[in-house]
Amino acid sequence: MIPAQFDYARPASLDEACQALASDEDAKVLAGGQSLLPLLRMRLAYPSTLVDVGRLPDLRGVHDRGDHVFIGAMTTHDEVVRSEVVTAGCPLVALATAMVADRAIRHRGTFGGSLAHADPAGDLPAVVLALDAVLVARSASGEREIPAAGFFVDYLESALEPGEILTGVKIPKLGAGWGFHYEKFHRTAQSWAIVGVAAAVKRSNGAITEARIGLTNMGEKPLRARATEAALRGVELGDQVRLACEEAAADTSPPADLHAQPDYRRHLARVLTHRAVRTAAGSP
Amino acid sequence: MTEMDAGLVAEQIVQSDQVNEPTSRSEVGRPRRRKEDTRLLTGRTQWTDNLSRPGMLHVMYLRSPMAHARITRVDVSGARDLPGVVAAFSGEDFAAEQGSLPCAWPVSDDIVIPDHPPMAVSEVRYVGEAVACVVATDRYRAADALDAIEVDYEPLPAVLDMNEALAEGSPKVHEAGNKAFSAKLTSGDLDAAFEGAPVVIDRTYVQQRLIPSAMEPRAVLADTDGESFTLWTSTQIPHVLRVMLAMVTGVPEHRIRVIAPDVGGGFGSKLQVTAEEVLGLLLTRKLGKPVKWTESRSEGNLTVHHGRDQIQHVRLAADADGRIRGLQVSLLADMGAYLMLVSPGIPMLGASMFNAIYKMDAYEFACTGVFTTKMPTDAYRGAGRPEATFAIERMMDELAAELDLDPVEVRRRNWIRHEEFPYTTISGLTYDSGNYEAATDRALALFGYDKLRAEQSDRRDRGDPVQLGIGVSTYTEMCGLAPSRMLGEANYGAGGWEHGAVRMLPTGKVEVITGTSPHGQGHVTSWSQIAADALGVPFEDVTVLHGDTAIAHKGMDTYGSRSLVIGGVAVLKACDKVKEKARTLAAHVLECSPDDLEFESGAFEVRGTESRKTIQELALAAFTAHDLPDGVEARLDSEATFDPENYSFPHGTHLCAVEVDTETGMVKIRSYVAVDDVGKVVNPLIVEGQVHGGIAQGIAQALFEEAVYDADGNLLTTTMADYLLPSAADLPGFTLDRTETPATSNPLGVKGVGEAGTIASTPAVVNAVVDALRPRGVHDVRMPCTPERIWRALNDGAQEGARP
Repeated sequence: MIPAQFDYARPASLDEACQALASDEDAKVLAGGQSLLPLLRMRLAYPSTLVDVGRLPDLRGVHDRGDHVFIGAMTTHDEVVRSEVVTAGCPLVALATAMVADRAIRHRGTFGGSLAHADPAGDLPAVVLALDAVLVARSASGEREIPAAGFFVDYLESALEPGEILTGVKIPKLGAGWGFHYEKFHRTAQSWAIVGVAAAVKRSNGAITEARIGLTNMGEKPLRARATEAALRGVELGDQVRLACEEAAADTSPPADLHAQPDYRRHLARVLTHRAVRTAAGSP
Repeated sequence: MTEMDAGLVAEQIVQSDQVNEPTSRSEVGRPRRRKEDTRLLTGRTQWTDNLSRPGMLHVMYLRSPMAHARITRVDVSGARDLPGVVAAFSGEDFAAEQGSLPCAWPVSDDIVIPDHPPMAVSEVRYVGEAVACVVATDRYRAADALDAIEVDYEPLPAVLDMNEALAEGSPKVHEAGNKAFSAKLTSGDLDAAFEGAPVVIDRTYVQQRLIPSAMEPRAVLADTDGESFTLWTSTQIPHVLRVMLAMVTGVPEHRIRVIAPDVGGGFGSKLQVTAEEVLGLLLTRKLGKPVKWTESRSEGNLTVHHGRDQIQHVRLAADADGRIRGLQVSLLADMGAYLMLVSPGIPMLGASMFNAIYKMDAYEFACTGVFTTKMPTDAYRGAGRPEATFAIERMMDELAAELDLDPVEVRRRNWIRHEEFPYTTISGLTYDSGNYEAATDRALALFGYDKLRAEQSDRRDRGDPVQLGIGVSTYTEMCGLAPSRMLGEANYGAGGWEHGAVRMLPTGKVEVITGTSPHGQGHVTSWSQIAADALGVPFEDVTVLHGDTAIAHKGMDTYGSRSLVIGGVAVLKACDKVKEKARTLAAHVLECSPDDLEFESGAFEVRGTESRKTIQELALAAFTAHDLPDGVEARLDSEATFDPENYSFPHGTHLCAVEVDTETGMVKIRSYVAVDDVGKVVNPLIVEGQVHGGIAQGIAQALFEEAVYDADGNLLTTTMADYLLPSAADLPGFTLDRTETPATSNPLGVKGVGEAGTIASTPAVVNAVVDALRPRGVHDVRMPCTPERIWRALNDGAQEGARP
């Protein structure tokens, strides 16, 4: 498990980092390294240069920006979990991040890194998708905002252009009446979600007025359970919620691997969505 | 389990430590903290990979990507020209000197032991088999240079399924065919037992293939002074390895020194003579330089020998009241591509254990070893006995279900009662001691059995989506491997004795030398306790030397729960000899007859007087030698070799309660109680640790682990993301207790504890899972009982959780 040879750059500024990336199309950004280093060691990735953005101070930290929470891309999962701004402003992010891998990985892995990696089995892509977050990217030619719905393109592929660095994520604050839950189904504490469901549910006078549901590991990229979201609108808690959640696997194409076959993943998506929605709606 | 629960468990261990603080001055029985741990936990370790020698080179192996192929060309010349590369070799380069990796256990007359070159020369038979290597100035250059080696393969058909491998016309793994051996054991009249039996249960169980996963990956460092060779290696068996290296390579035994420095676990996987050890020796001989190899975890998953992998066809005949009449076992055991050190012996270690703690009229065991194009299998914690225990304990639950009896009651009706010991079983072993009633009663009380059964019934009545299952496992095992005579009868290539020595230093301090080779078991601590009691010296004054054939020159090493039962006793006997020498010297110095001396608290006293000499004073007197009796040597140092007359038979009762989420198939262990009887206990803290780890490893087989090969013979579970090992966060706290029925086969009364937890826990967990699902028509789930298999079993009972 020894990586192939690569060059290493540790730029002192974001501009320098963008230049380093722009000058070498086979360069890769190294953030916390929790996904990239295993790929390198197994020689599944052969970047020519690693651009280590670990020392760039601007990329780290959580900020309350009024209508949204801004999470710097290099903020570690542990920092996210411990942030009162996150807990108060976007609790779903805190709930899901607390379930990312194990404590050691949460201390090294970064919020932006796990999004830029665009692994549909990662917990956070489905969360930012469910929350309609906006991802902010920088390149030599300037800054660009990418809505989460357009960010995840394919398996391990994001909308980031060569030479672009994810600098942070804007998470809208959803305000009063919303409840949240992340339901992760995995066999050991350290393993990826076989299926995960991120749910944000708004209730008014006992009925669900809006639901946003993100699905982890149900396709080539994180997905929204749109059919269930639609079916939940205006529904009272009870049997109708269960019926609405029967649609959770619609339009998904879950993978087949050692941990689960697609039909089982579809079944799990339905069961877990029901559980996530009920819990988010405050009715465990 | 939450992190908070894990903290609570740790707290409980500390508490039990305090509770067990003994009042007597005896060291044996004290929960001593391990002498090893300060050093290990503060990083002052000597793992093989930490070691360095002047001018050391690094070797990396190129491994076959094909399950089965003829090698038509290997060209290493491209690698030789790369920067930092010192040498590159193919199998041809070793062909004249590498010999064949040994199999020391030809279990039957019909056994086929194929040639097993450490580096493949003309044919590869599993993915991962070494085909070439690069030696370079660092590991990185060696790894890069592997890409420059060209190998041409002519594919041959993979042989993956044991039943297909034995079928007419199957492609062959070896010229001689795919059957490695067959063996049979019969006792009693099986036909009579089955004929007219009111109940006959017929089941097939699959023991999935497991990857041992020791915490420390293997590493080998070989060096030479031009004449002699030293091999540092992460092994359980430095002594056996030294003999075998000499036999395989022809290097004279007295020119080989093997050192097992700190070794981070083995679980049987380092009870092996590996290709990399032989090649390391040959490389240092070729190059005249030290050469080191350290495997990666993925390389280890491919090429550390695997464990288990059996198909068990079991038939049981019983009377209407549940009394067992007969048991018939027919095994297929996957050997993989070659027979390694004790591969064929592993299923045979279960031959006498399927009958377990039960009485019956007739028994038949038949086993066929099968070659496949997979990594060879060999010892893995429990080695043959977990497989046997699983099958019989699953069958006892099936029998209970068939007769609508409580599974504990069915066992009571069949087990050997405590007043019947010593008891010779249907398979011919004589169990020296045990008390299954006591262990079971204690376990039931700790578990709250009746209350859990009531809850189970309530959940069933309510149709609760979370169902409760209760699993029982009343196990015994044969351990303390092994009486040399019995090994001889079983055609094993060596004996089963162990050696111990004691050096009394001039200052009265003590060096114990042991032939056991600890790799996590805490022998330094336990042997210190034994010697401290025997010699009457402080625990702190004892050090224990091991794991270097130049220091501990004689030994049979550590496996099969043998170290304490045989090696600990050898230490005790060496201490006794020291005392006898000291008695002669004391009598001389104190001018009395040796018979007038009493040994008490580390000193010889002339009976009825205050005249005394401590063992430390006598050690100094032996050292100065100014006043020794005529004909007495100037030393108290002594050694002893102990060979037991029988195996030891730990036993116990494990109870497991699981909650099965019938909507998802997820299993959560709700509670786990283990009451083990391992005889006398030297260090309860170490015993508890062994039981904890053992249970975890057995649960891992039941719920988590499986080595999976694809249809082409590629191992799919090469990383820990795919081969799931449970961590502390995935396991419950365990409630442990012990009963104590001393072994009669050794003077310490000890039975061995290294494998017990693993043997007992797997069937307890699977029985619990099946118990939860039985009302839904499920009577088996294949291991590991993954959520998906359980879901499929629930939704299509006929599939029995077969792999999708």
